[in-house]
Amino acid sequence: MTSESNALERIFWIFGSLIVIVYALIPVAWILSLSLKPPADLNDRRFIPNSITFEHYRAIFQDLQFPHALWNSLGIAFLSTLLAVVLGAMAAYAIVRLDFPGKRVVLAGALAIAMFPPISIIGPLFEMWRAIGLFDTWPGLMLPYMTFTLPLSIWTLSAFFRDVPWDLEKAARIDGATRLQAFTHVIAPIAAPGAVAAGLLIFIFAWNDFLFAISLTSTNKARTVPVAIAFFTGSSRFELPTGSIAAASVVVTAPIILLVLIFQRWLVTGLTAGAIKG
Amino acid sequence: MNRQQRLGWWLCLPAVGAMLLVTAYPLAYAFWLSLYRYDLRFPEQRAFVGGANYASVLTSEVWWQALANTVLITAGSVMMELMLGFALALLMHRTLFARRTVRTAILVPYGIITVVAALAWKFAFDPTTGFINALLNLDQPWLNERWSAFCVIIATEVWKTTPFMALLLMAGLTLVPQDLLQAARVDGASRIQRFFQITLPLMKPAVAVALLFRTLDAFRIFDTVFVQTRGAHGTETVSIVAYHTLIARLNLGLGSAVSVLIFAGVSLIAIGFIKGFKAPLIHREDSQ
Repeated sequence: MTSESNALERIFWIFGSLIVIVYALIPVAWILSLSLKPPADLNDRRFIPNSITFEHYRAIFQDLQFPHALWNSLGIAFLSTLLAVVLGAMAAYAIVRLDFPGKRVVLAGALAIAMFPPISIIGPLFEMWRAIGLFDTWPGLMLPYMTFTLPLSIWTLSAFFRDVPWDLEKAARIDGATRLQAFTHVIAPIAAPGAVAAGLLIFIFAWNDFLFAISLTSTNKARTVPVAIAFFTGSSRFELPTGSIAAASVVVTAPIILLVLIFQRWLVTGLTAGAIKG
Repeated sequence: MNRQQRLGWWLCLPAVGAMLLVTAYPLAYAFWLSLYRYDLRFPEQRAFVGGANYASVLTSEVWWQALANTVLITAGSVMMELMLGFALALLMHRTLFARRTVRTAILVPYGIITVVAALAWKFAFDPTTGFINALLNLDQPWLNERWSAFCVIIATEVWKTTPFMALLLMAGLTLVPQDLLQAARVDGASRIQRFFQITLPLMKPAVAVALLFRTLDAFRIFDTVFVQTRGAHGTETVSIVAYHTLIARLNLGLGSAVSVLIFAGVSLIAIGFIKGFKAPLIHREDSQ
């Protein structure tokens, strides 16, 4: 291969990478731009704002609806992530480490649920939750979220647990630790990156959900941000809420982008571990 | 049962219980509801009607139109995602330039919530707010016409989910041994031959998994359509029909019939994939 074609190839890949970066970021830049435009400029159809204002951000935080929704989203997503990781880790540990009849059924069942269409159970959940008082409450959303993320949790964590050096556990048990102690003191620290990866994927799922949140909530009590944004009416009836919607969108996007930037490596491993290694 | 087996079951029980409680039980309940005339606005008229709900869904224009729309959106977006995803995966696999930055950048669409992605694209194509018409010098009311609305919906889906596809395919690419490609190159195989005769066959499991998950996901599309058109202008999908019947019109009987049909559709797709690819989905090495 000549050096000339090598140089050409290099330019090709560099150019490709730049296109990908721009492609990935344009909608985000656009919504950021909209959120910063003064109301008078919202319809100027320009990608880059002429001047910048933060009044849309002030407006959404002064409105009662949005801070409520943000709090609900944070609380519900965080708690369901925690529960799904704990229950998922227990199941994954059992599947990787113990021999018991039916563990293949558990794995296959989890896979089937990962493919399950949530819309199929919205009607019964709506009816059941109203009957037992879970409609429009935090647990009413946490339960479906953690159920739908448990497969993700079980598969990702069992992929990680498979790579853990389990002899260390045996060593700890010979030294007199119980199974639980061996797990919490020796194995859990090694498996922590796996738990973080699984947790992150689950958090993104719960943060992203729209269907459950729109069907199983009705007030500020449990309504999450995606639903609040979709139902935004703006701070006054006489102005299109475009600016407020854009500002709210930036606020819900920021934490996820931050998490993605921090945990980039683990996230990629987590996303692919369950699917490919299995 | 010995101690180990009992412990195994106890550890799995909470997860299995939660999963059954929120999927298997409600699904059975949905099937049961679908056999009744049950409208929450007229609860006193509740009565067993057998297959009547299914008959009225399956003979209605709305259902078949929505099914056609869903299949169109699914096929269109998954095909484009596969092609773009492959290009992206090869790029991330090969490029030495800003590899980390590229990977981080494509995780952004993955992390963004679908509602926000749908709104960003909606505002971009909006005739009064959007920059797209200004850029293309057009006056197109994109979301008010069926075909252009489909284009925007599919573009949004593709943007949002190609990263997932690309990451799975990239993981598949790393499974292809470099020396095999090197040997083929020495034997004179061209770049294209190497791709189609070595890389692609070895990646078949990864491609199968990525395609299966994306197809099922696209088939239940809801958020993007709801935010961008609310199903107006002939863009209703099956999930939108189910949602409207269940939650907006509170017709649990009819809505449950739609839900059960969607579940059947998803199951058919999954079975088709697993049979078609002879997918090694649950074929795992035995754990010790």
